Amino acid sequence: MAGYALLLIVIVSVVGYFIGQTAGRRYVATDGRHVHSLPGYHGAFVAVWVGVPAFVLVLLWLFLQGPVIDHMLLSSLPAGYLDGDSASRTSLVLSEIKNVAAGRIFAEPTPDITRAAEMYNRWEAIARWAMLVVTLALMIIALVVARGRLAVRFRARNNFETVLSGLMIFCSLVAILTTVGIVASLVFEAWEFFKRVPLHEFLFGLSWEPQIALRADQVAGKGAFGAIPVFTGTLLIAFIAMLVATPIGIYTAIYLVEYANDRVRTVVKPVMELLAGIPTVVYGFFAVLIVAPAVRETGSVMGIAISPNSALAAGAVMGIMIIPFISSLSDDALKAVPRTMRDGSLALGATRAETMVKVMLPAALPGIMGGVLLALSRAIGETMIVVMAAGLIATLTFNPIDSVTTVTVQIVTLLIGDTEFDSPKTLAAFALGLVLFVVTLCLNIIALRIVQKYREQYE
Amino acid sequence: MSTADASLPAKFDWSSEAAAARRRRRHMADRRLRLLGIGAICIAVGLLGILIVSLVANGYRSFVQTMVTVPVYVDPQYVSEDDPSKGNYRAIVKDTLAQLFPEVTDPRQQRDLGQLLTNNTQYMIRDRVVADPALIGTTFDITVPVSDPFDQLEKGVLSRDLPEDQRKIDDQQIGWYDQLVEEGRISTPFNWGLFFNSDSRFPELAGLAGAIVGSFYALLVCFLISFPVGIAAAVYLEEFAPKNRWTDLVEVNINNLAAVPSIVFGLLGLAVFLNFFGLPRSAPLVGGMVLSLMTLPTIIIVTRASLKAVPPSIREAGLGMGASRHQVVMHHVLPLALPGILTGTIIGLAQALGETAPLLLIGMNAFITSPPGGLLDASTALPTQIFIWADSPERGFVDRTSAAILVLLGFLIIMNGIAIFLRQRLERTW
Repeated sequence: MAGYALLLIVIVSVVGYFIGQTAGRRYVATDGRHVHSLPGYHGAFVAVWVGVPAFVLVLLWLFLQGPVIDHMLLSSLPAGYLDGDSASRTSLVLSEIKNVAAGRIFAEPTPDITRAAEMYNRWEAIARWAMLVVTLALMIIALVVARGRLAVRFRARNNFETVLSGLMIFCSLVAILTTVGIVASLVFEAWEFFKRVPLHEFLFGLSWEPQIALRADQVAGKGAFGAIPVFTGTLLIAFIAMLVATPIGIYTAIYLVEYANDRVRTVVKPVMELLAGIPTVVYGFFAVLIVAPAVRETGSVMGIAISPNSALAAGAVMGIMIIPFISSLSDDALKAVPRTMRDGSLALGATRAETMVKVMLPAALPGIMGGVLLALSRAIGETMIVVMAAGLIATLTFNPIDSVTTVTVQIVTLLIGDTEFDSPKTLAAFALGLVLFVVTLCLNIIALRIVQKYREQYE
Repeated sequence: MSTADASLPAKFDWSSEAAAARRRRRHMADRRLRLLGIGAICIAVGLLGILIVSLVANGYRSFVQTMVTVPVYVDPQYVSEDDPSKGNYRAIVKDTLAQLFPEVTDPRQQRDLGQLLTNNTQYMIRDRVVADPALIGTTFDITVPVSDPFDQLEKGVLSRDLPEDQRKIDDQQIGWYDQLVEEGRISTPFNWGLFFNSDSRFPELAGLAGAIVGSFYALLVCFLISFPVGIAAAVYLEEFAPKNRWTDLVEVNINNLAAVPSIVFGLLGLAVFLNFFGLPRSAPLVGGMVLSLMTLPTIIIVTRASLKAVPPSIREAGLGMGASRHQVVMHHVLPLALPGILTGTIIGLAQALGETAPLLLIGMNAFITSPPGGLLDASTALPTQIFIWADSPERGFVDRTSAAILVLLGFLIIMNGIAIFLRQRLERTW
């Protein structure tokens, strides 16, 4: 039905455009150069005033229809049916009504439910048609009003451009709205979590066992929601990844900037882009299929028992993923060093290695550091590789051949599958998400600031 | 030159042993750095090579499927002409096999025999008969996939040398299979099922159709939202916005949004789209909306760069001719920037196609055996299908996962290829 409504909006807007354009043409034919705007702008003026309000109306309708009908359903149930029941029971009743309404009947429903289901179907149908009718009415009114405003001296172009600017401003606010949405949803759910599990327990507790549901008589979060092992696991894997990626990335950049000829560059650049473009789920599968068994084999040859989902394997593969990131940012930083500095050093008789190590690298260091920080934030936030290759059990260890878990793994495992939205288990994922968001945001801001400042220095 | 510094020798002997040694050492250091660079590049290229080779080595097998052709007699006693969809097709399959192997009479052995064919053979016969009820009472040949262990056997993954108790199929079953091979009933055609089947619990039947359609819908939604919104935002910020603290804030915000971990967008989708707005779980619509929020910063940044690349003289000429600022942007600047914008958009969409984590959180990793019929139907996407298959224990799914990855990479390469083509053909330098 929403599709029909959108189609209707498009059709009526196009009709409005042609009505406006025809009017504009007539003005031009009768009054010639006295007409303020071109006929097309008369048309566009009518079209936006017909289309945009109707579009907003449909969106609002779609978002509000569900909650409003739910509310009406609940209040239509006989008094006392839901008295004193919890929110989860309410949603259970609602979904039962909807199942019955859709004809998916598992057990004989009570007469109340059956009646509610009939009402639900009726209301849904009414709501659907009402949306179409109301939208159409709104568009016709808008069409008449907008058409009425057209005149020879009417500033249709300015008016249309103002609307367009408004739309563009709204679009540029979507990014802000996204950030606000992220922060609001994370903070809201995390707040609910911290009501049940105190903040200090979460931040400083040493034991993470969220699968054990909280009992009613249990002291809040007793030993189950201490996130320290999860944080250390994340840091361990990210550290291993950086250990792999930083040298390879920086040496690659050095070679590409200083030594490589064009032929090498045309080969290596696409390889790096390919490495950067491979989806992380592919790296995850690579880790499970190739790297983890290889690491395990190597360990058993040397007589060391390595866990099948060791931090080493996950971190190493994550490092591979990050190599192109570090190499391209270091490449940019090295290229930004003024050519005069390099030429000066070479002219004094320094070898290329000496120029690189003693002149270019120190000059490019802030940029490289910024790149490394950005890469670190990426490693901390990376999900699929660790979900597939790292462990699920939170162990407090810094041993790379043990299995550790990470923040992102925990978020995914806590939220996968159907979970009710008010258990501390689910909410814990949002608390972890909040920590992840804040940490990566700080790293990004610092890194971007460093990179930017450094860039200004030479420009 | 005066002798101000007495410590310096009056004449430095460049050809002395010591100087040559120092020079050698310095050049050695130079070569060392160069070798380290080459080493680093070799490691990176080698790792990419190992990755691709291992995927191809595992995945190529899934592009063919071992099939067996058996003659099926549709006995009218099992299937009535009035309602062919409700026949006892299980018995028909059993009879078919009994006819091929008359010597097998023991019920347990007959069950083992049944394991040769894929589990869904009865439904395939049913579909054929329902489509053409005239087949009842006749014998026709049907080609069905063999079950996964025999597929692996044919492809040589499962070794015959393995002790009997370590494989899923016993020597007797292999004997029957070899008999089928001798009779020329086994064939290995191209595995169209990989593209036209949906997900299944049985590796020999599992395909990517549902995932491809789901990914297509999600990308469509992502494009429809992020492309217009991204361009509008970028045009406003680049061409119209006054330079003040407010627009600075928007700019910083967009840059930071581009670096937020993808899973956080999944949390946003879960909390806002599913929980607050009550949109259905696993729907490509929600997936596309989450992906569009992730793609938006990319498109905005790319569009701004392309707009910046259009020389100011174009704008000044337009304004000089009396065009309004909107007209200059719409008629001149935006069309000139469009190739760059399209290139960036396609690359952004390619990233969105490979994105997995946010889709997991909104439930696009469900087990769904038919392609979605619309934007609100439950569905998977290509990357989440890869994740599901990677988690499946059957050996056949390892190959399928690699094949699915190759398909995904194929799509990515096509998209990036189009982007590069557009860039080279349409983009102009000033």
